[in-house]
Amino acid sequence: MTATHDAQEPTRRDMLFLATGAAAAVGAGFLAWPFVAQMNPDASELALSSTELDLSQIAEGQVVTIKWRGKPVFVWNRAKDQIEKAKEVKLEELIDPLARNENLEPDAPATDANRAAKDKENWLVVVGVCTHLGCVPIANSGDFGGWLCPCHGSHYDGAGRIRRGPAPQNLDVPPYAFESDTKIKIG
Amino acid sequence: MIVRVERKNMTSRTIAGAGRAVALIIAVGLSALSLDATRASAAEQEHPPRQSWSFSGPFGKFDPAQLQRGFKVYREVCSNCHALSMVAFRNLAEPGGLGLTEEQAKAIAGEYKIEDGPNDSGDMFERPGRLSDYFPSPFPNEQAARAANGGAHPPDMSTLAKARTYERGFPTFLFDIVTQFQEQGQDYIHALVGGYEEAPEGVKPPKNGLHYNKYFPGHWIGMAPPIQEGQVDYTDGTPATVDQYGKDVASFLTWAAEPHLVARKKTGLVVMFFLVIFAGLLYFTKKRVWAGLKEKHA
Amino acid sequence: MEGHSVYQPKSGVAKWFEDRLPIVGLVHASAVAYPVPRNLNYFWTFGGILTVMLVAQILTGVVLAMHYVPDSTLAFASVEKIMRDVNYGWLLRYMHANGASMFFIAVYIHMFRGLYYGSYQAPREVLWILGVLILLLMMATAFMGYVLPWGQMSFWGATVITNLFSAFPLVGPSIVTWLWGGFSVGDPTLNRFFALHYLLPFMIAGVVGLHIWALHHVGQNNPTGVEVKDIRKDTVPFTPYATLKDSFAMVCFFIFFAWFIFYLPNFLGHADNYTEANPLVTPAHIVPEWYFLPFYAILRAVPSKLGGVLLMFGAIAVLLFLPWLDGSKVRSANYRPIYRIFFFLLVADCIYLGWIGSKPAISPYVGLSQLAAAYYFLHFLVILPIVSRLETPKPLPASIADSVLANGSGPLPGQPGLAPLVGGSTHGQV
Repeated sequence: MTATHDAQEPTRRDMLFLATGAAAAVGAGFLAWPFVAQMNPDASELALSSTELDLSQIAEGQVVTIKWRGKPVFVWNRAKDQIEKAKEVKLEELIDPLARNENLEPDAPATDANRAAKDKENWLVVVGVCTHLGCVPIANSGDFGGWLCPCHGSHYDGAGRIRRGPAPQNLDVPPYAFESDTKIKIG
Repeated sequence: MIVRVERKNMTSRTIAGAGRAVALIIAVGLSALSLDATRASAAEQEHPPRQSWSFSGPFGKFDPAQLQRGFKVYREVCSNCHALSMVAFRNLAEPGGLGLTEEQAKAIAGEYKIEDGPNDSGDMFERPGRLSDYFPSPFPNEQAARAANGGAHPPDMSTLAKARTYERGFPTFLFDIVTQFQEQGQDYIHALVGGYEEAPEGVKPPKNGLHYNKYFPGHWIGMAPPIQEGQVDYTDGTPATVDQYGKDVASFLTWAAEPHLVARKKTGLVVMFFLVIFAGLLYFTKKRVWAGLKEKHA
Repeated sequence: MEGHSVYQPKSGVAKWFEDRLPIVGLVHASAVAYPVPRNLNYFWTFGGILTVMLVAQILTGVVLAMHYVPDSTLAFASVEKIMRDVNYGWLLRYMHANGASMFFIAVYIHMFRGLYYGSYQAPREVLWILGVLILLLMMATAFMGYVLPWGQMSFWGATVITNLFSAFPLVGPSIVTWLWGGFSVGDPTLNRFFALHYLLPFMIAGVVGLHIWALHHVGQNNPTGVEVKDIRKDTVPFTPYATLKDSFAMVCFFIFFAWFIFYLPNFLGHADNYTEANPLVTPAHIVPEWYFLPFYAILRAVPSKLGGVLLMFGAIAVLLFLPWLDGSKVRSANYRPIYRIFFFLLVADCIYLGWIGSKPAISPYVGLSQLAAAYYFLHFLVILPIVSRLETPKPLPASIADSVLANGSGPLPGQPGLAPLVGGSTHGQV
C-alpha cells in the first residue's frame, strides 16, 4: 500500500518488508522447482538399458532398424560402391560439415570415416530420426543413395549426411561399441 | 491517541479456558474406556519391543554398512521366498543408501539371470542382469508361491517395512507426532524374525505346517523360523546373531521401501528452517503494518 | 463482485483494458479494498488457508496424474514409481496425501469457527449451505483419491463405501453395480474414480467461488457477531492488513504441514495401503481415513443397514438446516453462555465419535457410538433449537469498534481508525 507512512525508522521498516518479500520470492522459487523437475526423465528412464544387436545376420547392403531409448536406430551394412560414393563427397558440398558422432569430438568434420564405424567402414550406425522435425526417414531412397524423409523431403546420403531439404543437421550417430566382430552395443 | 487492535482479548482467553474444559471431558471419557481398549488390542497383537534405529528422528540416516549386511541377509535367506520386485540394481548405487559404487552394483546385477525377450525368433531368453533390471522374483506368480509354501504367500518385500505396524493406542499416538516415532514396521519385522517360540501349553495350530510366533497377529505364521544364529557370515565383525540379522534386514527393508528417506529428512530440515524464519519475518511485518494503523491516526 | 471498487486505472492502457474487462477492478475490490472487520481473530484465517490448500492439492494432483496409471494391474506400481524414480515424486505424493488431511483439519476448524460464532445466521444462510456442499464434494473427492493407490485399504474402503448404496431398497444393488461398472470393485471402478477425482476439485473451486462471492456480498461475520455499522471505524482494507495476517497464519500452518510431509509422511495413512489390493483377502481391521471416522462411527451405530446409511448422510444434511434450527437473535457464542457450553460438548462429542470410529465394531464401542451419535443429533435437533430460543444473551457491544476498545487498554481514538486509503480515492462507498 502506498500511504503507510512510518516516519520514525524508515530504513528498518523497509529492510523488514524487503526481507519478507525476498523470503517469499525465494520460497516460491524453491517450491516451484519440484513441479518443474518432475517432468524430466525419471530415474528408471535415465537408466534404460543399452541395446545389443547381432550383426552376423545382416547381409551386405541391408539396413536393420532397432529400437534404442524409444527411437529407431539404423544399422547399415554398406556395400563397397556405396562406401566409395560417400567417400567421394567433398566437405564443401555438405550442408552440415560436422560429423555429429557422439563417439568423437563435437568438432570432428563430417568425413565418411568420421561417420562410419571405426576400422569397420562398412558399418554405419545412425539414429533414425530426421533432424528436421523428427520423422523416420526411409532407407535406400532419395537422390543421394541414403535416406529420404517422407515428411518434408530431406535427402541424406550414404553416410547419413543431410544433402538437400529442410533438415539442418546430419543424422546423429549414437554412442556405440563393438562387443565383438559380430555384436554391437548401442548406448 | 492509540487504537490497539492486536492483542489477546477476552474472547481468546475464554476460548482457551473452555478448551481446557473440553480436554478434561475428553480425557475422563477416554480413560473410562482405556482399560477395554488396552485389553482389546493386547488380544490382537503383542507389541514388539522398541529398537533404536539410525534412521529415526529428524537427523536420521541409513548406516551403509548395516544396509549392506541386511542386503546380504536378504540375498542369502529372504530372497529364496520373498520378492523385491520394485527395487532395481541401479538403486544399490544411489546416494543415501547402501553406498555401493556403480561397478559393484553392476557386478551384483551380473550375478542374476534376467529373462528378456522376445528375440528375433520370438523366444524369451536369459541374460545376465544390468543396472536397469529389477530384482527377479523367486516365484512367477502368487499361485506358484502359495503352492511352494504350503498355501502361504510370502509377501513382496519392496514396501514391507511401511506395510507393517502395530497399534500405538491413545494417547501414545499423539506423543508420536511430537517425537516423530514411525518405526513400528521396523520394530515388528525385527521382533518377528526372532519371535519364534514354543506354543503355550494346550494351544494348537489351526492347521499343520504353521509356526508359533509371539509377535505375529494371531501367532500362527506360515513362515518357518527363517534364520539361525551364524547362518549368514558377517565380515565386518558384527555379531552374527538372530537379533542382529533382524535389525539389519529391517534396516535394509526400510531403505527398500523408502529409498529417499535420507533426502526427505535433509530437505525437511532446510524447509523447516526456512519456514520458521519466514513466519518470523511475516509476523514482524504484519505487526509493523498493523501498528501503522494506529500511528497514522494517533 | 461488489459495487465498492475504488480502483482507478493509472495508465491509458490499463484504462482501455478496464473499460473492456473490469477484472483488475474486480480483484481490487475483493482482495485489496474489501473491508474486513478489524476484530477478526486467527480462527478467521482458515478460509484463506483452505483456498491455498485447494490450489496446492490441485497443483500436486495434476502433477501426480502425469505419472499415475489408473489400471488395476499397474496403479500400485505406478505410485511406487512416483515414490522411487520420478524426480521429487516422493515429495509431491507426500504433499498430496498429507495435504488431504491438512485440508480436512483446516475445514473442520473453519466449520467449528462458523458454529461457534453463528456465522450461518441470516444473512449468511446461503454462504453456509454452499460451505456444506463444499464439504460433501471434498468428502467425495478424498474418498475417490484414496482408492487410486490401489492398496488393500483403497480397495476395501472402496468396496465398503460403495456397498453403502446397496442399503436402498429395490434399486440398491443396481446402483452399486452401476457405480462399479462390474460385479465388484475393479478396473472400471478405478478408471471412473480417477476421472472423477480429477474433475471434482474443479467443481469445488467453482463452489468456492460462489462461497466467496456470497461472503463478499454479505460481509464477514466477526467474533462479536455485530454487523459492521461504520465501515470507517469497524473495518480495515483487506490488503495489507488481512493479507499479511492470513499469510502469517498460513506459513504457521505450513510448518505443521511440513512436519508431516518430511518427518511423519505415513502417520495419517494406513500401513495396509502399502500392500497391493487383493480382492480375495480383507484386512483384519478396515478403518477409513481419520477425517471420516466420526461419520463412520455414526454409520456403525445403527444395527440396520439402511438406517446407518441414512443416519450418516443425515449427519451432514442436518447442517443444511442449521440456520433455521438456531433461533437466537445473537450470533456469537461469546454472548450465549449456555449455548457455548453445548458447543464445546458438541466438539467433544465429534472427537469422541472419531475415536470410536477407529475402534473395532465390538462391545463396548458399539454402545458408546450409539450414545455419541444420538447426542450429535440431539444437539442439532433439540438442544440448539430450545436453548437458542430460551437463552438470554449477554449484552452486545454497540459496534465492532466499541468491542475493540472495550477490550483494550488504549484510550479512544481521536479519529476513526481507518486504514490507508487506496489510490487516493475515498473508501467505503457501500
